[in-house]
Amino acid sequence: MEILKPAVAGTLESSDAQVTVEPGSQGIELALTSSVMNQYGRQIKATVLETLKRLDVSNAKVTVIDKGALDCTLKARVECAVFRSCGASGGNIPWGGAVR
Amino acid sequence: MKNAVGRDIPESLLTGGREVYQGKNYMDGRYIQKAAPYTRRCETPRESKLTESIAKALKDCGAKSGMTFSFHHHLRDGDYVVNMVMKSAIEELGLTDLTIAATSLGAAHDPVAGYIEQGRVIGIQTSGIRGRIGEVVSAGRLKTPAVIRSHGGRPRAIEGGEVHIDIAFIAAPTSDCMGNCRGIGGKSNCGSLGYAMTDAKYADHVVVITDCLVDFPNMPASVEAIDVDSVVVVGSIGDSRKIASAAARISQNPRDLMMAENVAKVIASTPYFKDGFSFQTGVGGPSLAANLFLEKYMDERNIKMGWAIGGICGPMVELLKKGKVGKVIDVQDFDLDGVNSINQTPGHFEMSASQYANPANKGAFVNKLDYVVLAALEIDTGFNVNVLTGSDGVLRGAPGGHPDTAAGSKCCIIVTPLIRGRMATVCEHVVTVTTPGDCVDVLVTDYGIAVNPTRPDLAACLDAAKIPHVTIEELKEKAYSLVGRPDDLEWEDQVVAVLEARDGTILDVVRKIKPYT
Repeated sequence: MEILKPAVAGTLESSDAQVTVEPGSQGIELALTSSVMNQYGRQIKATVLETLKRLDVSNAKVTVIDKGALDCTLKARVECAVFRSCGASGGNIPWGGAVR
Repeated sequence: MKNAVGRDIPESLLTGGREVYQGKNYMDGRYIQKAAPYTRRCETPRESKLTESIAKALKDCGAKSGMTFSFHHHLRDGDYVVNMVMKSAIEELGLTDLTIAATSLGAAHDPVAGYIEQGRVIGIQTSGIRGRIGEVVSAGRLKTPAVIRSHGGRPRAIEGGEVHIDIAFIAAPTSDCMGNCRGIGGKSNCGSLGYAMTDAKYADHVVVITDCLVDFPNMPASVEAIDVDSVVVVGSIGDSRKIASAAARISQNPRDLMMAENVAKVIASTPYFKDGFSFQTGVGGPSLAANLFLEKYMDERNIKMGWAIGGICGPMVELLKKGKVGKVIDVQDFDLDGVNSINQTPGHFEMSASQYANPANKGAFVNKLDYVVLAALEIDTGFNVNVLTGSDGVLRGAPGGHPDTAAGSKCCIIVTPLIRGRMATVCEHVVTVTTPGDCVDVLVTDYGIAVNPTRPDLAACLDAAKIPHVTIEELKEKAYSLVGRPDDLEWEDQVVAVLEARDGTILDVVRKIKPYT
């Protein structure tokens, strides 16, 4: 998918993550901050990149402000931000396909 | 050298007969030579010890660079006294190389972090270490490693001469002109002054700082005029709204209540649950709520609690007023109900920190405890508990009375959710061991209960009461299945804090954290 416009998903509540995607042209530029950086920073990064790959996003500026979200939450927030950025979050979500 | 909880303690710390932790009650039966303070005779009758300023009181007590000043934390997050004294000592008198020996330090004391960074404060001895002080110490900015002790370990160290207090500062809600202090009757009341008592007896000099001067004699005094050099009246010793919350409320969170109910079930299944039993609970959500469910079981079996100790709050005072607990003995108050009850409600008494928890005296209350219910930041598969360092390795907690009550009680129950956000509370290795696993008996989480294998007798009690329990390894795996397996923290070599076991051996060290890259 191609990131067409800036979009946000998620909150700054504890156990959530706020994911912002913006159009980019130099691959994935990920900026990550997390309240559990020392112990889970590596895993959070991997989850975000893997989710973007599954959605076929190859160029984007991605900002993740993580407040201790579980992996399932992180995936959902990344997916939602990407679909919103393409104006595709209104319906026909490929449940069980690109979104699992 | 590896200690009994598997922590590697640098040989460089093992000087002057200092040993690594060997297991609970290791020091039993040994003799100690108690230290005595070097004090001034006040033989000529005087009308008053009122002194016009903190600076003048410091000068009168011979304050100089390199000294150790002590403080107590009954004013909690509302305390103004630590900052007032340190400002006067450093900015007015120009002192440096000072050590702060406090019963606890918190967010109220952020300005001290600045003095650490300037090198004016070079030593910290405390139970609690939080806020900016925790951050700068974790970053390696304090000249000597901080020494972290439990509430019982501190009076032991003071009485044994390991900590020599040059000047003790008493934050007194009321005092008379000679220095008889009480924690009630003023405008910034804190109730018990238990943590200040040992300091006042063992310090060379004692300065009372109050914002409510009352008629002589202020009785019954928690800190007595016979130990006091000077009395300074200031505008305010603290922000009363932050000293004690209006009331420690019982949690309505269904997860907390479920855990609290299970704690009460566990207690009711053990043989110590009989008329006259003794009890301490923390004021955290599920720990405090355990009171409520326990009362139900007490009514059912028609038994009463003999006595309760600890930090005291409203729900315990309620039980006392209802006649369901015989006596409440109080080292610190957490809410206004506790503050307004001490020495007022019949059966509600004050005690010193030494009387509460000191392992080296001959009769601390913790040693007669049947049950204690405590929280944890982390607990590992060896039942070792961490209540000091966050998951990022930064100092932000306090052992408090945790290790003392755990070691003294017949049944120590840790109650904690299995995960907090993404952090696994039940884990393979805690960041820092603050309470050794040989003192912890039962773990209650929202995903199940585990009994320490060293206590097959308690496991049998749970079985008899048909309370399901699993191994702590199963709970750990459940936690990791939800949050993922955490990466190990990475540390520099520099030791930033030494964690003393309550008996004075070294339980663990905290090193400087390597930032995430």
